Amino acid sequence: MAIKSYLAHPHSGQKEKLINELLALKNCEIIPAENKDVIILVTDTESDSDDDILKQHIETFNSLKLLALVSGFNTPKNDL
Amino acid sequence: MSATLTSRRIFIKKMAATAAMTAAMTMFPGIIFASEQLAGISEGNLDWKKGPCRFCGVGCGILVGVENGKAVAVKGDPNSSVNKGLLCVKGYHQTMCIQASDRLTHALVKKNGKYVKTPINEALDLVARKMKSTIEKHGKDSVAMYTSGQSTIPEGYVASKLMKGAIGTNNLDCNARLCMASAVTGFLTSFGADEPMGCYEDIDHADYFITWGNNMAEMHPVLFSRMLEQKNNRGAKIIDFATRTTRSSTASNRSILFEPQTDLAVANAICYEIINNGWVNTKFVEDHTTFSKGLTKMGYGLEDNYSFTDKPTKINFAEYKKFLEDYTPEKVEKYSKVSAKDIKYLASIYGNPNKKVVSYWCMGMNQHTRGTWMNNLVYNIHLLTGKISQPGNGPFSLTGQPSACGTAREVGTFTHKLPHGVVTNRKDREMAARIWKVPVERIPAKPTYHATEMFRAVDRGDIKFIWTQVTNPLVSLPKTKRYTAGMKKDSCFVVVSDVFPTPTSDVADVILPASWHIEKSGLYGNSERRTQYWDKMVEGPGDTTPDAWMTIEVAKRMGYGDLFPYSKENHAEEIYNEYRQFHEGAKHGMAPLEVLKKESGVIWPYVNGKSTQWRFNSKYDPACDNGKDFHFYGKPDGKAVIWQRPYEPAAEFPDKEYPFWLNTGRVIEHWHTGSMTRRIPVLHKAMPHAYVEFHPDDAKALSIRDGENVKVISRRGECVLPASINKRGLPTKGQVFVPFFDENMMINDVTLDAFCPISKEPDYKKCAVKIQKA
Repeated sequence: MAIKSYLAHPHSGQKEKLINELLALKNCEIIPAENKDVIILVTDTESDSDDDILKQHIETFNSLKLLALVSGFNTPKNDL
Repeated sequence: MSATLTSRRIFIKKMAATAAMTAAMTMFPGIIFASEQLAGISEGNLDWKKGPCRFCGVGCGILVGVENGKAVAVKGDPNSSVNKGLLCVKGYHQTMCIQASDRLTHALVKKNGKYVKTPINEALDLVARKMKSTIEKHGKDSVAMYTSGQSTIPEGYVASKLMKGAIGTNNLDCNARLCMASAVTGFLTSFGADEPMGCYEDIDHADYFITWGNNMAEMHPVLFSRMLEQKNNRGAKIIDFATRTTRSSTASNRSILFEPQTDLAVANAICYEIINNGWVNTKFVEDHTTFSKGLTKMGYGLEDNYSFTDKPTKINFAEYKKFLEDYTPEKVEKYSKVSAKDIKYLASIYGNPNKKVVSYWCMGMNQHTRGTWMNNLVYNIHLLTGKISQPGNGPFSLTGQPSACGTAREVGTFTHKLPHGVVTNRKDREMAARIWKVPVERIPAKPTYHATEMFRAVDRGDIKFIWTQVTNPLVSLPKTKRYTAGMKKDSCFVVVSDVFPTPTSDVADVILPASWHIEKSGLYGNSERRTQYWDKMVEGPGDTTPDAWMTIEVAKRMGYGDLFPYSKENHAEEIYNEYRQFHEGAKHGMAPLEVLKKESGVIWPYVNGKSTQWRFNSKYDPACDNGKDFHFYGKPDGKAVIWQRPYEPAAEFPDKEYPFWLNTGRVIEHWHTGSMTRRIPVLHKAMPHAYVEFHPDDAKALSIRDGENVKVISRRGECVLPASINKRGLPTKGQVFVPFFDENMMINDVTLDAFCPISKEPDYKKCAVKIQKA
């Protein structure tokens, strides 16, 4: 059970596209900066393997320039 | 129940988002997020307890969220003037190491080559018995303690009292010798009083920040984010003066690179320019400074039992000016690789009477075979221009550890120190004897072993018992190979107190399970003279015990119980109240514990209910009593010293056989030797192992690809690491850089144990290596 946060940096002019692509994913919440080209991304997955799959999927987005991990918390399964 | 657990999960997600926002704010000053999303974190059922961060010397205030006796969250303390609610990536995750599966929870005693789980009382009996019998057989100077800038103030205090007051040996030193000793000797030689005169509020006033060999973006990220905020909001400028391009360089207004060791020459060239252009603050210099020179060609401490004592001689301004003629920008550019134009640019910043300048430094200047001199030289610049002890103007030595100042320097866990003053001073010994209630004759007047020499003495067989606390010397000492072999010898009984197993505990005869930071009460003192108290927040596992209490228990078992009349429950408080007596008065008065319990730290001198933010300036410092605007009261004549200190080469430098400089240091994800942060999954995953950085031209010439394993070889040892090219940092051509956090890639087997002859602090930034494909 992993909760992680990232800074997602879009390619120039691709911020809106990246926001929409991230919003379409069910395990993601985002907070876009209003005045800079960066998006806070928080992921919440059931297992480490789900987490890896989600990350790999996000990294296929052409709108994404860089995904930088900031924090990660493992929580017991019964937390849900 | 389900609702509670769900809200906790939501809470953790908000914590994760907050951590990312904080990181974004560090990278993008002025960044704005939608206000409704910054509305704060749900408090859940957490009980938030305040304290200082466990890691660096910045001393950020933290709030630890405790639920059902467990620490489940950390956030920045918005009431702390240090960090104003910000934290770095290490700070947010610090409590996650406590539950590591290999946590030391019980004492381990080596029997027939195997560690046997042993009740803590039995282990402490053995430690006391061994220490006592060693003293009886070989004398009191055959036992030693080696502690830490991460020890709390009470832990350092009882270690000093046991060794110097009870046993009567000065065989106590600490790992702050490896990071801050040159800052101490710099302050003492220039001002006669240790620790910075200014405070972090200088950041809000300065027009220029000049960082000397100091990658603040990674090592002091919260302070650097405060500087970036000023850069963005007020147009303050950051000039990075370093030997390697780092995250700090790229975030600064200017990056100026210099050849290792030549900072000495550049600093003198800046002074030359200040004088040559008439930028000297003549009144300040005449009223508040004197000039001195010391011995030169001191050597580098490479041989055992090396000793050096400086012999200061007074000189006059004309002699000093004449000396600087060897340091014109044009002469210095030839070997420093800093253009005369850039040297003049730096000098013009300091020389402009209308601009406020703060100089920051940390390991680049301190871990230097002429570290004391380098500290003196930066003080010279500020003294010549009178830019000192005023809001936004001053030299500021940053610390690496959370209580290098509070414990190592103020309590005095160095061989030459006492809680007030030094062992060589009879009055200081008398004060210690009075407060400790021991005969003054028991406190020896002569210092014994500094850190490097202490471990050489272990290797030689001169020290037969050593107890290390809160430190991991067999990863952090230079030329570790020799000292690891020494500690393995049967001639020395080794006791290691720690929270986790380390390469140092691997060679111990007894391993004592220490309480972690928030599992005990304590006090730390940060870089800006701020003392911070915290209450125990959670119970530690198994037999874990605070280091101070283990020291007290051993002292009692050795027959010194009357000197350690503290209670198990309140010993931190009782010890602090005893310790405060050493610093009574306007020059170093410390706040009462009741005040520290309420506030997010208090800066000393604490006089008449107020912190003193700028020392030596009569406008702010009640201890100034010479009737003038400034009073450097650490010196008998009330004047600071401008030192004539030349450029001298490093102890070892590249040659045909070993053609590269090796520079070592830290990364943002890991705390020093990694014993805590490598057990925090997110930090370990972000930076799982060390690496060796190359300049791309050097990598190309050696046909080395990014990620390829290479051997870094010196005359002392070798280390295999993956190459890193064009990634986090960029060394200058002819230099490689390796972080030292990784015990599996022991770069300190390669480094050199040369040190500054005055401070005895080793130089981890310069030795010669060659590179081979692994």
